[in-house]
Amino acid sequence: MDPRLTASSPGTATHCPYCALQCGTRLSGVRGAVEVRPDPDFPVNRGGLCQKGWTAPDVLGVPDRLATPLVRGADGRLAAAGWDEALDLVARRLREIRAAHGPDALAVFGGGGLTNEKAYTLGKFARLALGTSQIDYNGRFCMASAAAAQIAAFGVDRGLPFPVTDLGGADVVLLAGANPAETMPPLLRHLDRPDLIVADPRRTRTAERAALHLQPTPGTDLALALGLLHIAVTEGLVDKAYVDERTTGFDAAWARAVAWWPERVEAVTGVAVSELRAAVRMLAGAERAYVLTGRGAEQHSKGTDTVAAFINLALALGLPGRAGRGFGTLTGQGNGQGGREMGQKADQLPGYRLLTDPAAREHVSRLWGVPPDRLPGPGRSAYELLDAIGEAGGPRALLVVGSNPVVSAPAAGRVTERLGRLDLLVVADFVPSETARLADVVLPVAQWAEEEGTLTNLEGRVLRRRRLLDPPPGVRGDLEVLHALAVRLGEPAERYPCAPREVFAELREATRGGPADYSGISYERLDAGAELYWPCPEGSTGTPRMFLDRFAHPDGRARFAPVEHRDPAETPGPGFPLYATTGRVLAHYQSGAQTRRVARLAEAAPEPFVEMHPDTAARAGLADGQWALVRSARGAMRARVRCEPSLRTDTVFVPFHFPGAGRANLITHPALDPRSRMPEFKVCAVRVEAAP
Amino acid sequence: MSTPGTERIVVVGYGPAAHRLVERLGRHGHRGEVTVLGDEPAGAYSRPLLTSVLDGTLTPGALALPAPPEGTHLRLGVTATAVDRHRRLVRGSDGRAYPYDRLVLATGAAPLVPDLPWARGADGRLTPGVRTLRTLAHCADLGSGDPVAVVGGGPLAVEAALALRRRGRDVTLVHRGRYPLDRHLDARAGESLSARLRALDVALCTGRTAEARTGGKLRLDDGRWVAAGEVLLCTGVAPRTALARAAGLAVRTGVVVDDKLRTADPRVHALGDCAEPPGGTGPHFGHTAAWEQAEALAGLLAGGRDRYTAAGPVVRLKAPEMDLVWLGAPDGAEETVVFADAARRRYARLWLRDGRVRGAVLLGLGRAIAAVVRLYRRGEPVPADRLALLLGSPVEYAGERRPADAVVCHCAHVTGADLAAAWRAGARTVAGLAAATRATTGCGGCVGEVRGWCAAYARGTEAR
Repeated sequence: MDPRLTASSPGTATHCPYCALQCGTRLSGVRGAVEVRPDPDFPVNRGGLCQKGWTAPDVLGVPDRLATPLVRGADGRLAAAGWDEALDLVARRLREIRAAHGPDALAVFGGGGLTNEKAYTLGKFARLALGTSQIDYNGRFCMASAAAAQIAAFGVDRGLPFPVTDLGGADVVLLAGANPAETMPPLLRHLDRPDLIVADPRRTRTAERAALHLQPTPGTDLALALGLLHIAVTEGLVDKAYVDERTTGFDAAWARAVAWWPERVEAVTGVAVSELRAAVRMLAGAERAYVLTGRGAEQHSKGTDTVAAFINLALALGLPGRAGRGFGTLTGQGNGQGGREMGQKADQLPGYRLLTDPAAREHVSRLWGVPPDRLPGPGRSAYELLDAIGEAGGPRALLVVGSNPVVSAPAAGRVTERLGRLDLLVVADFVPSETARLADVVLPVAQWAEEEGTLTNLEGRVLRRRRLLDPPPGVRGDLEVLHALAVRLGEPAERYPCAPREVFAELREATRGGPADYSGISYERLDAGAELYWPCPEGSTGTPRMFLDRFAHPDGRARFAPVEHRDPAETPGPGFPLYATTGRVLAHYQSGAQTRRVARLAEAAPEPFVEMHPDTAARAGLADGQWALVRSARGAMRARVRCEPSLRTDTVFVPFHFPGAGRANLITHPALDPRSRMPEFKVCAVRVEAAP
Repeated sequence: MSTPGTERIVVVGYGPAAHRLVERLGRHGHRGEVTVLGDEPAGAYSRPLLTSVLDGTLTPGALALPAPPEGTHLRLGVTATAVDRHRRLVRGSDGRAYPYDRLVLATGAAPLVPDLPWARGADGRLTPGVRTLRTLAHCADLGSGDPVAVVGGGPLAVEAALALRRRGRDVTLVHRGRYPLDRHLDARAGESLSARLRALDVALCTGRTAEARTGGKLRLDDGRWVAAGEVLLCTGVAPRTALARAAGLAVRTGVVVDDKLRTADPRVHALGDCAEPPGGTGPHFGHTAAWEQAEALAGLLAGGRDRYTAAGPVVRLKAPEMDLVWLGAPDGAEETVVFADAARRRYARLWLRDGRVRGAVLLGLGRAIAAVVRLYRRGEPVPADRLALLLGSPVEYAGERRPADAVVCHCAHVTGADLAAAWRAGARTVAGLAAATRATTGCGGCVGEVRGWCAAYARGTEAR
């Protein structure tokens, strides 16, 4: 079946370029006049599409689209250059730096929006062509906590171990720190029927639709989850048969939760006891219930433990691994799932294999045609990698692919300063992002509707991205770029195929037998309409619902985790009396590099703002609409005051999509989760003052 | 003294305060030997959950707190009999001597038994069928279905009475005050509480004392008889200070300590219910203060500069049937806010100064309790809209609203004006408006609203 169809046909079937929902779309038209329609037959979005998706074609034609490589000249300015010139320069500098400082002086920063084929090739390129251990990606800032907790509990991490359509049959769904009404609106089409319990410090649009809104103090979700488990036990709502048959570790987890009686949880979280009890009774009383976490619960220096605490609750109620019930996390980035299992993560090899596992190293190195000892060991996590730049033994050259850390990394002021210390910064992107503007060499690459590949959505379903247009003249695909660089670095050309289909054939082998097994998936099967969820060993039909018989630990049981609440790295005090929490608005995606360039989205959300309770604003001498500085110990962000009476008086909210002085990450705290290395994006201490 | 952070520590007592201290010592970097003498046979357990054993939802074993960190020497069932401060030894009921560099007294408190002739036998022990409620042992063997009389008027008495009702027992609360919690609540709050308790079938005998007990009944001072197959005395606690007193340490109500939780002997500390920190208000009873003290002392013993400063008192009733809190004190208040809803037995009284909570009593207002406790603890100003705070609803905001308010479909950012324009351009159905504006195409949540607009436009058209 030819996926490229004529203009009069139903269009090219592909998926939206943005979030992990990966709404099915149909594209038609020609460059400059591309039209998008939601695919009514794709079950995830069922004909829905949000404003970002509707306007996605605009990104194909933004006026400042990169169409030629740029090289920073002696005058300090980026100037157009030929591909050979740019690639020769990059390869020469990489070789020089490696010769002088060793392979770990070369680093790679990938992205959760890259296709599976790109993420796979990027990991291979780093380990073989560069020989470096220093590769991580922006998904570390996104899914790392949920991944670590799910692996510990279930033995494997697939964001949703069930299709999203299952949610439509639920009676009750708990959303802990998730705001899909703004971050992935079409998901709400599956959440019409269930009663929603939403835990969020803000009264978001999702919370407005909830039957019960729990409004905890930022940084206290873990205490909240411990309290919910406590109530489940003391009210006799635990599914004892399930806990006995399918889990281990309940007693140790309970020994922690025992000290979190509801009145104590109320004092710590600010959530009323009656609401805590109502939440547990709703969940336990439902025939079909789900517990889902989002970044609000995960992006903390205790994010892994927080997710674990919600998993504990779900296990106590007997939800995971049962039809019509479950636990899951709402993956954020477009290929946030595939991106975390294809080997661009500091400690991983393709197929969600561990880089430290000798059998995994053996399997992958044999496929790659190198001895196992040629594979470096685990490297630094994303923030640590960026923060080590300029330090002894730190990276001196950095290749950024599909990411914009100048806006998206925590303590962004510090990270930007670190990037300035590099001997070589190379950025592959299709727009001049804030990070690209700092680069020594910018490589213009293709984007969604101009390329082929696969992505794995939030359900672990593998999807085909299909090409409507050829890339503009002068633009190359990421795979071609990596191929060209690898060859210049002395690698065999055939080791880095440029055709996505060939890469996919190889990654099938690389993932074969791994936790995320793609070996039974092919472009042919996908193009023929098969709905394939990993693990999908060759010859199987995939796994839409995981854990129905057993969890992925050797004993087949899920594991409770004995977790304890702790304070965030920073709590309000003198000088910085308010909590600040960061998040998203509907009109923008991640660092906004794409969506800020779309006129209709920029119109809907043109500038950074700080949401404050009117009392809090009044106390700071601020009025609605006024420009303010939101200041933490690390820096200040400029934002317009937006008075919001539903907000807690001790908390302000800022969106993180904006550049320059409006970067929310100028104020965020870089404290990391000890296990997932997730930064503490969701809470820090600030004051708000009038902007000069 | 030896190097801070490596000293040999002996902890006497293994209640929640001691448990927290031992757990936090390692986290604060203490590397010395830690020995704990606990006189109860079981390990540390969560005392606030005793009522969950009382009401039958939890077994005693379910209250166990996590085992202490590896390397801790735990001696259960061993009572400290004497402290030799000169030789720095604690003598145990097991005949052994435990040497220390630092001694921590965490002996807790014991129930106070009022001077009632029927409660104690000639041997000084409680008579059969009479018990106090402080330890797991006190919760055992309450299995029979006899009616229970709870004697006392503090929070534990109320919590115990409600727990026994949950278990299906007939319960009478006997209290000499005018109403339960009369030491903490004003009369209107007391009335609401009494009404709530009666509604839960807790019989109230207030303003009364029990004079005698025979044949499973208590005789009150007005001559009434109350069924009392079991009697539960919830009549307060007193710090256990005998060991400290015998060791020559200063004792007022509790063992006198400074803000380093140190007695006059710099090698001896005390914390929790047995200790009396500076401030003149006696011991700071309860788990919250105990944990704060444990945190401070763990830091100090690990070589830090921590100090214990008492948080204002907050007493929150632990009972699923009702939300009740009192906190702080009315002293120095400039503003009083009162809310009384007799029909629904809801009541609130706030004492404010500088817009901050000095004291409060709240009953039946769950969300307000959650908010007020936090505002009080953090010393933050209360919202300008006091009623909204008490009702737990978002405040009325009189400020200018932003034009975004007119957005009907947030997913596609469609305003009412956009819909009107599409109608004028010929879109006459929800589907037509959706095709023209993309309203309803995201989450689908505004379908009803767009249908409403559509109907409104249609009526407008017909009218013309």
